[in-house]
Amino acid sequence: MDKNLLRYIWRHTRSQQIWILAIVLVSMIPYFAAFDLPKQIINGPIQGQGFESPDARALFMAFDFSIPLTGWNMSFDGIELDRMSMLMALSAVFLLLVIVNGLFKFYINTYKGRLGERLLRRIRYELVDRVLRFPPSAMKQVNGAEVSTMVKDEVEPFGGFTGDAFVQPALLGGQASAALFFIFLQNVWLGLIAAVMVAIQVGIIPKMRRRLIDLGRQRQITARHLAGKVGEIVEGIDTIHAYDTTNFERADIAHRLGQIYRIRFELYQWKFIVKFFNNFLSQLTPFLFYSIGGYFALRGSLDVGQLVAVINAYKDLPGPLKELIDWDQARQDVQVKYEQVLEQFELPHLIEADRHALSAATPAFGLGPLVAANITVTDGAGAKVIEGVSVKIERGETVAVIDNTGSGGEALAEAFGRLVWPLAGKVTLGDADLLELPESVTGRAITYVSVSSYFFHGSVKDNLLYGLKHAPTSTVSYSGREAATRRWEIQEAQLAGNASFDLNADWIDRRSTSIMRGFSDDLKQSVLRALDAVQLTSDVMELALHSHVDPEENPVIAERAVKMRHALREALQREGLGHIVAHFDPTAYNPEATVAENLLFAATRKGAAHETDVADTPYVHEVLQRAGLSDLLFDMGLTIAENLVEIFADLPPEHPFFQQLERLSAEDIAGYQQFLQKRKTRAGQTVTEEERRGIVRLSLHYIEPRYRFGVLTAQIMDQVVAARDLFYENLPADLRDRIERYDPHRYMAAATLRENVLFGKLSHRVPDAAANIRRIAGRIMDEMGMRDSLMGLGLEFDVGSGGRRLTVTQRHKLSLARALVRRSDYYIFNRALPGLDRRIQEEIVRNVIDFLREQDNNPSVIWVLSNTSLSRLFHRVIVFDRGTVVEDDTFEALDKESGIFKSLVA
Amino acid sequence: MISLNDEVKLLRQIPYFGRIDAFKLKLLAFTSSRACYEGGQIVFHQGDASDAAYVVLRGTAEIVAMAPGGETSLGEATAGTMFGELCLVSDAPRLSTVRALTALELLRIPRDSFLRLVADNPRMSAEVSRALAEAIRDKAASLARQLARVPQRLS
Repeated sequence: MDKNLLRYIWRHTRSQQIWILAIVLVSMIPYFAAFDLPKQIINGPIQGQGFESPDARALFMAFDFSIPLTGWNMSFDGIELDRMSMLMALSAVFLLLVIVNGLFKFYINTYKGRLGERLLRRIRYELVDRVLRFPPSAMKQVNGAEVSTMVKDEVEPFGGFTGDAFVQPALLGGQASAALFFIFLQNVWLGLIAAVMVAIQVGIIPKMRRRLIDLGRQRQITARHLAGKVGEIVEGIDTIHAYDTTNFERADIAHRLGQIYRIRFELYQWKFIVKFFNNFLSQLTPFLFYSIGGYFALRGSLDVGQLVAVINAYKDLPGPLKELIDWDQARQDVQVKYEQVLEQFELPHLIEADRHALSAATPAFGLGPLVAANITVTDGAGAKVIEGVSVKIERGETVAVIDNTGSGGEALAEAFGRLVWPLAGKVTLGDADLLELPESVTGRAITYVSVSSYFFHGSVKDNLLYGLKHAPTSTVSYSGREAATRRWEIQEAQLAGNASFDLNADWIDRRSTSIMRGFSDDLKQSVLRALDAVQLTSDVMELALHSHVDPEENPVIAERAVKMRHALREALQREGLGHIVAHFDPTAYNPEATVAENLLFAATRKGAAHETDVADTPYVHEVLQRAGLSDLLFDMGLTIAENLVEIFADLPPEHPFFQQLERLSAEDIAGYQQFLQKRKTRAGQTVTEEERRGIVRLSLHYIEPRYRFGVLTAQIMDQVVAARDLFYENLPADLRDRIERYDPHRYMAAATLRENVLFGKLSHRVPDAAANIRRIAGRIMDEMGMRDSLMGLGLEFDVGSGGRRLTVTQRHKLSLARALVRRSDYYIFNRALPGLDRRIQEEIVRNVIDFLREQDNNPSVIWVLSNTSLSRLFHRVIVFDRGTVVEDDTFEALDKESGIFKSLVA
Repeated sequence: MISLNDEVKLLRQIPYFGRIDAFKLKLLAFTSSRACYEGGQIVFHQGDASDAAYVVLRGTAEIVAMAPGGETSLGEATAGTMFGELCLVSDAPRLSTVRALTALELLRIPRDSFLRLVADNPRMSAEVSRALAEAIRDKAASLARQLARVPQRLS
């Protein structure tokens, strides 16, 4: 990229800039014509100049124009018109000029706008393209939030400047010189005075603005760092909370904001000082004209008419001059911004652009061995992590890499994964240097997984298939309006130097899935088997069961869920397990659910955070009143309160037993205690509505088998069931959207899939109810062929930013599964499974090796192990110690020797 | 239906809890949960991780030790008795299997709740230690008696 923004703009928009300048010049003709016309209308037809006699006629549009020196001459004799017709004709011309001027303005502005937007698009694209090509060592220093604010905000003014970059100075410069020239014509001396003043203005003001530019630079950098800091806070929020450093972060932010404030305020001050000075200078010139010119006029050495003409001519000078100075200011401003941005993106050793060339061709799988030849790798501080290491990995090998001291194994894996570039020596694949091969070869032949592998915002499926999206594998054929849109997209992308790949095309490379038997379900099988191998299948299933299915989007799943509901109920009866679930029955009280749930008898949608629980809304109390339940539940609540107070009153507020009460805190208990005491000492005192509701609330959330206070009588249960219809009779509109009544034969969109299938409450009294349900429901799911659609549903789960909606373990497993979905010659796992149970780790490592060995492309597996005992699952073991390979042999051979390996594994 | 207060009454009859305040027992009962089994179902297996003690509210359970040669009955637990209480002082795996003989209703006292309660009440701690020691002595004695019978059976 050019060092100078103007040059950059010129290089990319040269022809457009010339075109728009020409248009602007042409537009000047009607513009100035429109200036002169009013005078003609007023003087001519209105005031009657040239129409002294009633039937006088004048010539319309007559002109005689000759170009000096050439003797070339054009003229028009004009049309003879009377006064009224002349007025109408001139007015019509005026209207025409107004329209023409407006159209010119419209065209020029949109043209400039488009020019600017295209350039902005080009710069942004170029910057992101550069980020994609940053060498790995530079990437370690990059703050994501800072880069995004540079790409998004800091380059924004370039767009606005582009349109004016050349047109403005040309135009304004022309206007200013014309005005100055005109003053010279009138009087050379006064012209000289004006010229000197202009020179002072043009010379001094930009100098004064140097400080402004310097401040602008500071503002840009501090604002960028602020963006970076905010990004860090969001990323590191867990650590901040864990170490109670929120106030340290507050102090940091406040300090930065203070700095920004200081810079911005100083900027204001300077801006207005410069403005003041500029205005002063431009008003000083007329002062000189009046005083000096006036003096000479009085003395008689200057013609008064000349002086007036000069002062009139001067009127047209400050405007363009000021704008010219402003333009220069804008130019310097964007130039500084441009330099600041460029500095961050002009790095040495960018990855060559051709390494990233799009290649839709199926890679030539079956490349030769992966060899590290005498490589030295340094860490971020420049210390050598491995030195002079040579390792050759043949196809089909399974290699365990173990570190004794140091982290040589990890560094080797990173070098194989192109995450670090060796300082000396090279890594070759086949016979070619890994760093000189295009990524379309290395990025497909080698699959690298480490803990830091990233997840993109999207569904589980999007992330699993991410490793297959190298190039569009299909071309979409558009028609009609869409085709025009697509043509426009391509054209615009090319005009702005962007890539024009079609995002709507199918990017999933179905020819490089790990399972490839030539069937249409290879991709699906690869995904399912990969999930199985890393033991993520049940997690995905859980995600599906936890999700809310919109029955309109997924009518089949919704319908089957209801079928499954009935099948599950029957199966439980058959197995004599009917008692482990209390099903929702429209005519019966569900003893395992709360009183409120029994009254509502509905799935409730979780409202926004500020909305109260449906059971706590005033409408519920209203219904209770009407159903005659209010007093019953109040009395019941009193007994519950007495029991709770008796049990909990003596416990300190922070006691963990309070966790047993889902909805009550120590303060609530204290409140109930006070209330009960008040009632005891002053019997018969009226109970406030609030207190009453507090007590009734206890009853509403009561579950007999859970609390076992023995307060729920048959009468209450019957009345609650009877009140269900009453509840729905006058349901307020705001609740109607949040409630979906239970219907054994319908799918409830407000409930999760699991709740829909279960359609009841698990018994509080059967300890293994959940396990039994899972077993039986799993069987029914298979019988009904629902497993696939549920997996599909689970795969649609949105993993959140960076995969944060998944647990850490799930993320590590998913990262592994993503690698297993794609076909590669070399799989490099760099401590890919930390923090897992040893047994599970072993199972997964074994599964992964088995899965990959099953494939027909004879891949190699290189696994840097934290758990050294797993090395027995591999054929070959490489042991690193202080950055060098100390042992490298088959597992059996090393197992017999008594070297470092033996001591590590023992 | 057995209510919380009935549970408390039952707990009082158990030696460990005999001298503990009623409201403390109520808290213990409240933090415990009910568990129902049908005849033949296993409450826990020998070797399982132990995380709770049980009090029989209704029905009868059989306590058996699994040995390579077959299973030996170690006794029965009926309403008002407690089993699995060793877990309250040690987190070793279960030493025996417990099977429901009839429909069985249990109060399941989680180890954590129990230890928390003991920690809050030093006197209770002493009570429980004493009762546990006695229980273990009784068990040892009964085991000795059973062992004494083994040679005769073998011969």
